[in-house]
Amino acid sequence: MSMGLLFDATRCVGCGACASACKEQNHLPGEVEERTTAYTWTTVEEKEGAYVRHLCMHCLVPTCASVCPVAALKKTPEGPVVYDSEKCMGCRYCMMACPFDVPKYQWDRAVPIVGKCILCAGRVKEGKPTACAEACPADATLFGSRADLIKEAKKRIRENPGGYLDHIYGQTEAGGTSVMMISNVPFEKLGLKKDLPGEPPALRTWQVLSNIPDFVAVWGVFLYGVHWITARRDVVAQAHPRPRPEGPEAPKDRRPS
Amino acid sequence: MSTAATQPARRPWPGFWTALFAVLFIAFCVVTVIRFTKGLGAVTNLSDRFPWGLWIGFDLLCGVGLAAGAFTLTAVVHLFNLRKFEPIVRPAILTGFLGYIFVIMALMFDLGQPWRIWHALIYWNPHSVMFEVAWCVMLYTTVLTMEFAPVVLERFGFHAPSRIIHGLITPLVIAGVLLSTLHQSSLGSLYLIVPTKLHPLWYSQLLPLFFYISAIGAGIGMVILESYMSKRAFGRHLEMELLEPLARAMVVALGIYGLLRLQTIARNHAFGDIGALTYEGKMFLLEFALGVVIPVVLLSFQKLRTNASWLVTGAFSAVLGFVVNRLNVSVTGMERAAGIRYIPSLMEIIVSVGLVGLGMAVFALTVRYFPIFEPHPEPEPADPEGA
Ligand code: SF4
Ligand code: SF4
Ligand code: SF4
Repeated sequence: MSMGLLFDATRCVGCGACASACKEQNHLPGEVEERTTAYTWTTVEEKEGAYVRHLCMHCLVPTCASVCPVAALKKTPEGPVVYDSEKCMGCRYCMMACPFDVPKYQWDRAVPIVGKCILCAGRVKEGKPTACAEACPADATLFGSRADLIKEAKKRIRENPGGYLDHIYGQTEAGGTSVMMISNVPFEKLGLKKDLPGEPPALRTWQVLSNIPDFVAVWGVFLYGVHWITARRDVVAQAHPRPRPEGPEAPKDRRPS
Repeated sequence: MSTAATQPARRPWPGFWTALFAVLFIAFCVVTVIRFTKGLGAVTNLSDRFPWGLWIGFDLLCGVGLAAGAFTLTAVVHLFNLRKFEPIVRPAILTGFLGYIFVIMALMFDLGQPWRIWHALIYWNPHSVMFEVAWCVMLYTTVLTMEFAPVVLERFGFHAPSRIIHGLITPLVIAGVLLSTLHQSSLGSLYLIVPTKLHPLWYSQLLPLFFYISAIGAGIGMVILESYMSKRAFGRHLEMELLEPLARAMVVALGIYGLLRLQTIARNHAFGDIGALTYEGKMFLLEFALGVVIPVVLLSFQKLRTNASWLVTGAFSAVLGFVVNRLNVSVTGMERAAGIRYIPSLMEIIVSVGLVGLGMAVFALTVRYFPIFEPHPEPEPADPEGA
């Protein structure tokens, strides 16, 4: 079953328990920082009188995983998008490509790796909730299956007319995400990206990449054909109008530089 | 590098150039040491909000693009069979080869863990454009090495292996053109994934095509520039009868490219940015003037095209415009979404300039000791200096 989180901005009290729990759970050094970094995978920020969490959205078709040349990032069937630091070579394409600007880098290390929330993949696999959801005293971060969370979100929106915007952030954004949010403050005012396409960005690349084998075949035959025609014309030209003293040249026997 | 520094002895102020090279080289070494002991943050202005900077925008995108003269000219000579261009194939291949070495060296600085670059060979992800670029760059560097090998082999009298390569030249050239087509365009595809981040003046589903055509245009521009510079350095004549038709090809390539770009901007409704002269609009105008308008207009006139200094001006403008374009895609166009301005640090610039200098020094040395500019490979020319 694909699990996820539902963050309810109307319930968050801004205590920061989730951020501290994340540090502890994932053995991240240092204090909780103001913005997410390679060492702080989630933060709570006050915006427009509300609180909002920043963390990886765990996209259903993750852009980061699609761009990683060494497949260091992967979507697991349980929901988390996990990272294998042993494979990563540090090209940072995932950072550049992520529509939510989530992956961060260890800029201060000689042997750096990427850091981002992994939806407590180990715990989730054991059937436990994420550390941040467990730590939340206000039920603002809810752990559950994605389907159940959407139901719950819809219920809260329905039962509190005027209490929420009628939108579940993450239901369709960038093709849908496992981490979703509801709020009564417009999401872009909370610092979340707006106008994200409903289809995963990875599809745009795949449209091009999937055509490469066909392209190589056609272009290769075309190029050889051009060569064959022009070389043939040469042979004909040399054989007929004015034969060279040393005799006609075979097409292959050219002298390239 | 020290040999390179003492090499240009015929320049006006040998002392000045040697000193400059020496200072640059020392700075380069210092930055290298800091980069590998203290990490990327210590030498670059890169950050979590701006993860790709000068080394991707200039070294990778421009290094690969400007090396496009190699595949263009090998195709013209060996596939389209226009053999009169043969005398300038070798310098083009040499530029291509050094360009790719330059790119790979730059990646050694830019990758967080460059010693893992071979991971792309064993951990596959065919959905990644970067994966495709990695493979193509690797394979094409191999092809370029083989295309260039006869020059070295013959210089040292190994004729048998060189003859084998000559026999394989057609498949080699076809492989080279295929690989180049793929990765020149896929450098553009790298940016397909950021429709919400890259500014509409540059974002387009046609980015792969744009990168491909503009690389051909600028690659030809580089061939013209090289011929000119080697003419100055070695007192050779400029092969105007070869460069003039190349300039025409460049005009056509850049003309098509320019039109496509304008159509895309119209479709993206981004002309407003140009009219309002926003930061992005100004940078676009600079790029478009240098990279398309000036070279196309200048070199459309036969009078100017056949005049060496106008020809070189046009080619130089095209190359500059190309560089601005790649920096616009990778830096200018991404800044608004990132919410910050990125200006490369001095140390980033030192690495880039140092690598370019290294490449130029190797080019100069190779041209001096190997038969690169000789019109015909058959007669072993009197060696100008001796090895
Ligand atoms: S939010 Fe970004 S980092 Fe997280 S899964 Fe999606 S693309 Fe990957
Ligand atoms: S930085 Fe690492 S995880 Fe991110 S795309 Fe590159 S190799 Fe993959
Ligand atoms: S899910 Fe786990 S890794 Fe992600 S923010 Fe919560 S505690 Fe941290």
